[in-house]
Amino acid sequence: MNSKLRILTLGRLLHYAVLSVVAFISLIPIYWMAITSVKDFSQVFVTPPQWIPNPFKWVNYVELFERYPYHLYFFNSLYIAVLVTAGTCIVASMAGYAIAKLSFPLKNGIFLLLLSSMMIPNESTAIPLFVWFGNLGVVDTHFPLIVPAILGAGGTFGVFLMRQFFLTIPNELGEAARIDGCSPLRLYWNIMLPLATPAIATLSILTFLGSWNEFFDPLIYLHSSELYTIPLALAMFTDEGGVKGHLMMAASMVATVPILTVFFVAQRHFIEGISMSGVK
Amino acid sequence: MLGPNTGQPTIGGRRTSKGRRKLLNREEKWYGYAFVMPMLLGYFFFLFGPIVASFAMSFTNWNLLDELKFIGLDNYRNAFFGDPVLLDTLSNTLYFTILFVPLNIMLTLGLALLMQASIPGMGFFRTAAFAPVVTSIVVWAIIWKYIFQTDNGLINAVLKTFGVTGPAWLYSMELAIPVVVVVSLLKSLGINMAIFLAALKDVPMMYYEAARIDGASRWRAFWHVTLPLISPSMFLVTMITIIGSMKVFGQIYIMTGGGPGTSTYVMVYYIYEQAFKYYEFGYGTAIAFILFVIILLLTLVQWYGRKRWIHFEQ
Repeated sequence: MNSKLRILTLGRLLHYAVLSVVAFISLIPIYWMAITSVKDFSQVFVTPPQWIPNPFKWVNYVELFERYPYHLYFFNSLYIAVLVTAGTCIVASMAGYAIAKLSFPLKNGIFLLLLSSMMIPNESTAIPLFVWFGNLGVVDTHFPLIVPAILGAGGTFGVFLMRQFFLTIPNELGEAARIDGCSPLRLYWNIMLPLATPAIATLSILTFLGSWNEFFDPLIYLHSSELYTIPLALAMFTDEGGVKGHLMMAASMVATVPILTVFFVAQRHFIEGISMSGVK
Repeated sequence: MLGPNTGQPTIGGRRTSKGRRKLLNREEKWYGYAFVMPMLLGYFFFLFGPIVASFAMSFTNWNLLDELKFIGLDNYRNAFFGDPVLLDTLSNTLYFTILFVPLNIMLTLGLALLMQASIPGMGFFRTAAFAPVVTSIVVWAIIWKYIFQTDNGLINAVLKTFGVTGPAWLYSMELAIPVVVVVSLLKSLGINMAIFLAALKDVPMMYYEAARIDGASRWRAFWHVTLPLISPSMFLVTMITIIGSMKVFGQIYIMTGGGPGTSTYVMVYYIYEQAFKYYEFGYGTAIAFILFVIILLLTLVQWYGRKRWIHFEQ
């Protein structure tokens, strides 16, 4: 009995050991970014590596914002992500609701058509879109980062997610209101949308994250540096080479801390959303 | 069961018979179309239209200098028979995928099995494994580029304290892709882990109990109960992960820029370079269309495979 207990404890210890290694490897780069961002430049690359900065130089952040217009990049990233998220939630939830709850001819065909767009990679449509947006004169604006993000593949995933959610709401709920003369628009807005808050939360978080971290589209569409988003600004600075390690890491922190905060607050929705994308 | 007055439904004496229902239906139809219209227009303008245009452009010599000409299959002929860089690109992409996908599936499934247990502190471990997922790939790649630096990068600095001189990780033809694979793995473990965790939660407890009563070891229970029951998720995760690795870009752009030489050129990087650095739109679209066909085929395998290959889907 005693030895069995010991094996059990040993197993548990091993379990924790493996998990700790995984946690360590996952967090060490983030920790390293955080400490490097407040190191003195002379101590960024030293052997042996310095694990606790001495002195702590918070002034690196002041230097970052004085030298580079990071507030601008931050604002660009933020407003693009907010618009994309709001737009996607509205458009995708409307379409998802219609496909789940309203009956109209060709409905299933339309749903399949939208779903099929998941096999069209963004990178394969980028060149014609670039040429087209060039002709429209919207290259080097934020338009190509916002509108196609809402109505293209990102929105399609939203439609799928919202449809799955609306299917779980009983039909009787809407039918009673319909018989009483409530229009589908009011039904959607006043009854269905409030009910869908959990699904909307999940969709918002995934969309916001995707937009905030998007790199390929800003890279091809934005040329003027005052339009840069944070990931693009970071990439351009690594290209230049002249930017020093501690400032680079401070800039990376500016890109990461807001999104990590959102993640810690809304973990449940986030993980649900990821696993939803694996269901059917 | 049919009630006695099915033919004439009246609610509170009001006439709500077929006529009214028909009116409602007609109204509903227009609302339905209006609600899906934005997405449908988006589909044609931003997805279907461009992919057709991409196909058409791939038969031209479209670039910024020459006069636009229809050149038939020349781009494709050049791609497969006249362009060693594209062949490198394809083989690098394949190499990345072959390294990345099996490691990813094994690690994430293993992690999900470990994280499934409800023991104290699990919340912390799950959160930790997830933190890289929310970090931008650009940030993640920049951090790791510093960590893998040849002189005084974190890894080589640690090695040096043990008296070992670390290799030039990102400047070595042999090591560059494996390093990018490791960095990509660490970035994305949380995603597939979450999908596996959800799948494992759906396996009914009673099957494990039955297996235990029959004297099956935990290992056998895993092979004969868990694995078959999560096979739909397994298949889906594998396909999604393969598709994802065909599109790897950000970490390559930041960490190696395709180098050294062409040893880390991958498909999206090559498309990016041809189209948006050299403005070779014609040739770029040909490669982009090859990527589309590969992903289309993989998606079709995924859709039809799910129907044929999997026995346990509800």
